Amino acid sequence: MSTPSQKGQLSRDEVAHLAHLARLAVTDEELDLFAGQLAAVLDAVAQVGKAAVEDVTPTTHAVPMTNVVREDVARPSLPRDVVLAGAPAAEDGRFRVPRILGEEA
Amino acid sequence: MSAINSDVTSMNVDELQAALADGATSVDITRAYLDRIEAEDGELRAYLHVDPEAALARAAEIDAAGDRSGLAGVPVALKDVVVTEGVPTTSGSKILEGWKPPYDATVAARLKAAGTVLLGKTNMDEFAMGSSTENSAYGVTRNPWDPERIPGGSSGGSSAAVAGGLAPWAIGTDTGGSIRQPAALTGLVGHKPTYGSVSRFGLIAFSSSLDQAGPMARTVLDAALLHEAIGGHDPLDSTSIDAPLPVLVECARRGADGDLSGLRVGVVRELGGDGHADGYEDGVLESFRAGVARLESMGAEVREVSCPAFDLALAAYYLIAPSEASSNLARFDGVRYGLRVGDDGARDLDEVMALTREAGFGPEVKRRIILGTYALSSGYYEAYYGQAQKVRTLISRDFSAAYDDVDVLVSPTTPTVAFPLGARVDDPIAMYAADLCTLPASLAGVPAISVPSGLSDGLPVGFQIMAPALADDRCYRVAAALEAALTNDRGDRGFLDQLAARQGSAS
Repeated sequence: MSTPSQKGQLSRDEVAHLAHLARLAVTDEELDLFAGQLAAVLDAVAQVGKAAVEDVTPTTHAVPMTNVVREDVARPSLPRDVVLAGAPAAEDGRFRVPRILGEEA
Repeated sequence: MSAINSDVTSMNVDELQAALADGATSVDITRAYLDRIEAEDGELRAYLHVDPEAALARAAEIDAAGDRSGLAGVPVALKDVVVTEGVPTTSGSKILEGWKPPYDATVAARLKAAGTVLLGKTNMDEFAMGSSTENSAYGVTRNPWDPERIPGGSSGGSSAAVAGGLAPWAIGTDTGGSIRQPAALTGLVGHKPTYGSVSRFGLIAFSSSLDQAGPMARTVLDAALLHEAIGGHDPLDSTSIDAPLPVLVECARRGADGDLSGLRVGVVRELGGDGHADGYEDGVLESFRAGVARLESMGAEVREVSCPAFDLALAAYYLIAPSEASSNLARFDGVRYGLRVGDDGARDLDEVMALTREAGFGPEVKRRIILGTYALSSGYYEAYYGQAQKVRTLISRDFSAAYDDVDVLVSPTTPTVAFPLGARVDDPIAMYAADLCTLPASLAGVPAISVPSGLSDGLPVGFQIMAPALADDRCYRVAAALEAALTNDRGDRGFLDQLAARQGSAS
């Protein structure tokens, strides 16, 4: 486990790496802007580190949650053409996706 | 605009119901609102989508069916985060421009089944991320009290529409304050229900452990009516609570009688009290204290309560919400719906995805996705996301301890009145501070309502009442008592009469 970042520690390169992980093709101007802004935000949110949390369990949901299962009964789903009508590209009754294999494949 | 139109659009919903029962038609009422939208929305820009022909056809259908009960024939506006079958839904984002959902959200379906007429979809901060509606990809919405100021956010289209008389009421959603804060800044009543008590099915997800839909209305009674219409268990939402909704309308009516004897009210020190008033405007605190004194005058026992972990609510929220958002927004990949950019046959899936998301998301959404990705990444998870979840537990514990001694907790809804457009767009931290008072109830999942307590510099101030989980009825009871008392003190018909007077004197 690492300690929270110090102010300004989120560098431009780190922001670029995170943007890549999140599949965001950010511009150089955005990197300059976001690096400064996110360093300030990170500095503010790092305040959570001040809390004494020994023996404190984390809360994922504020209300008690149990696994919910329904009867295993087949129900009609949305018609295929209705769903595909909202897609950016469809072909032969399926979503058409961009190329997924490299040239050498 | 004819006199009758102006009468209709300044009516509360219970008055519209009475008019409908008395022979008024839904077509006439709907047309009155559409006329107002036509005349005013060029400046306010509360709506992203209005289809007058569809609304009038729907109203005519309700009129022809002859049902004069309940909400039949009453118009409603929906925040654009609520998916509506065949009606464009964008969540304020370019990435969903032109998308027509193939199904209705449960909230939309229930309102449809109740016979309401959809006026349109309202503007919002992109994916509900923001406190001013300035993060919408489709332009800013203005505050009817002062067009140079924000209407709050993220449900700012809904708040501007209702305050401006462009809808009798509207649905908003609240993740960290996005119903209560815009309601406060436009002089409306806005309620964030107990987490799990209103279905999230068909709300475009921002932060799934926090998102709740709720009512934004002219009065406490109207808010209760709308809440009862949308609330209750839904098997399509796995976090939906399988328990009956408390009776809310009746509670609002009884609350208006003004007897609060025996009610124990806790004033939260950490939200504007001694030593915690930095960033709070004097006018807001004065209005809040006057509201507390008014509760006391109706028999409530008031004491100060300390909730130390609330000081860390902002830090915890701005880790938890972006983390969940970074995961939720992964679904916008340019494959199944919405925008696709750069698919020229040469670029692969990852490149197309990155170009699509770059073009489709605005700056605040990108910032939060990057922040959330960071907080969830290996090596930082425990220090940020894990720690924030533990702070969330501490905040819930503070609520539980407080509710051992008091029935409701109160605070200002926002530290300031509506700020000028553009004032905080370049400073995320300043923008986030607008949610300071609303975040604790969001993180703990407890219900909270904002009701107007007065004006500061001529702009509305909101008074927040928080209650234990599933005790939403307490929020409505206390809010109704305060609303009735202050209306009586002013000697008008309701808080928005002051907006009408302001507009009358300005023109």
